[in-house]
Amino acid sequence: MINKQIQSAADAVADVFDGAVVMIGGFGEAGSPIELIHALIDQGASNLTVVSNNTGSGEVGLAALLKAERVAKIICSFPRTANSTVFPDLYRSGKTQLELVPQGTLAERIRAGGAGIPGFYTPAAVGTPLSEGKESREFDGQEYLLERGLTADFALIKGRIADTFGNVIYNKTARNFGPPMAMAAKCAIVQVDEVVEPGQIDPEHIVTPGIFVSRVVGVSNPAFESELVAAGESYP
Amino acid sequence: MSEQSVVVGRTRDEMAKRLAQDIPSGSYVNLGIGIPELVAKFVPDGRTLIYHTENGLLGMGPSPEPGEGDPELINAGKRHVTAIPGAAFFHHADSFAMIRGGHIDLCVLGAMQVSKDGDLANWSTGAPGAIPAVGGAMDLVAGVKSVYVITQHCTKHGDPKLVDSCTFPLTGRKVIDRIYTDLAVIDVTPDGFRAVELSPGVDFEYVQERTGAPLLPIQN
Repeated sequence: MINKQIQSAADAVADVFDGAVVMIGGFGEAGSPIELIHALIDQGASNLTVVSNNTGSGEVGLAALLKAERVAKIICSFPRTANSTVFPDLYRSGKTQLELVPQGTLAERIRAGGAGIPGFYTPAAVGTPLSEGKESREFDGQEYLLERGLTADFALIKGRIADTFGNVIYNKTARNFGPPMAMAAKCAIVQVDEVVEPGQIDPEHIVTPGIFVSRVVGVSNPAFESELVAAGESYP
Repeated sequence: MSEQSVVVGRTRDEMAKRLAQDIPSGSYVNLGIGIPELVAKFVPDGRTLIYHTENGLLGMGPSPEPGEGDPELINAGKRHVTAIPGAAFFHHADSFAMIRGGHIDLCVLGAMQVSKDGDLANWSTGAPGAIPAVGGAMDLVAGVKSVYVITQHCTKHGDPKLVDSCTFPLTGRKVIDRIYTDLAVIDVTPDGFRAVELSPGVDFEYVQERTGAPLLPIQN
């Protein structure tokens, strides 16, 4: 009997190793798997390469993981937040490297990685500083850049409901990077408000099929970055 | 108040209202952060536009009432929004397939500089020590069918934003179709900037003096 449910966030991230590539879902606070990130901070893995659209807010969640100096490199499209100086400080001191990627290119690199496609051509960033060092090619009279697919050792994702087979549905714009990251990681770990039995989610409604998901953790009443920041909290 | 500080040309709201007149009903539209967002307030009655926000929503509605916001229903500026009846949610790779694949009809963006060839600079001053952050702008300008800029004609310091060649790092090359400023509506043509319409009370010479490249006259 397949049962991908893990009892705690701590158990779900226990084997994340030093130097791992970890994709972390979320666009701003929507879809940010805060409880999994906090469990990863407690677990202690370091020298990580993180793939995430942003760099977190305040000193909680992703910003807290950065502040704990566990992240050697971040692959990111928008590493700037009004209410956090964590990443700017690390970037300026050279403690965390940045690979800046246009948002759509980031999404497609993740999708391609998960789909077994090592590279693809995109028109985004042609003629800009982000094209430097990239191979370009003309198709039908237009220039495109070669971009590489991205894969990861682990993905930390937030969904709304999952069944014990690992089928996931999401909540509104919190879906964002979850589905492609689940595909691109060897071990996708999904925290959800509610874990249900197989058959309780209509197969027509499933967004991420369970084949892409290794572990499911129930986290009822998950925290939100904005609420933690407003309360002046930091982690740990 | 000195005489020089009398407002010339359109206000931000008037610029947004002017642009809104030019969007056909039924268009799929992506509005950038800032002045572009104002466009939605001025769409003429009887027209239906579907708003795309690149973080994964088609059919974005207005802001919710204060206190009614859902932290998992936000726009690309990370502000609370609503979803209209008929809205759809999707993941980022699909969202940018809509953009890159040419499925979105119009994108409206702010600008730091636009060149006479339609190059856009709107993401970085290139200043040392600045944290580079690009988001989806490069994908939007590369893939959306029509890309309009809405911006003040000049910077706060009075420097032209419409220039011969951009000095800030580019967002995209030859990507802008039309520019709406406080002073004029201007097309980017193979021959350079061409005035389409001057704002009320503004004459051609006034606009040309504040434009960093030759401005072709309005064609009748």
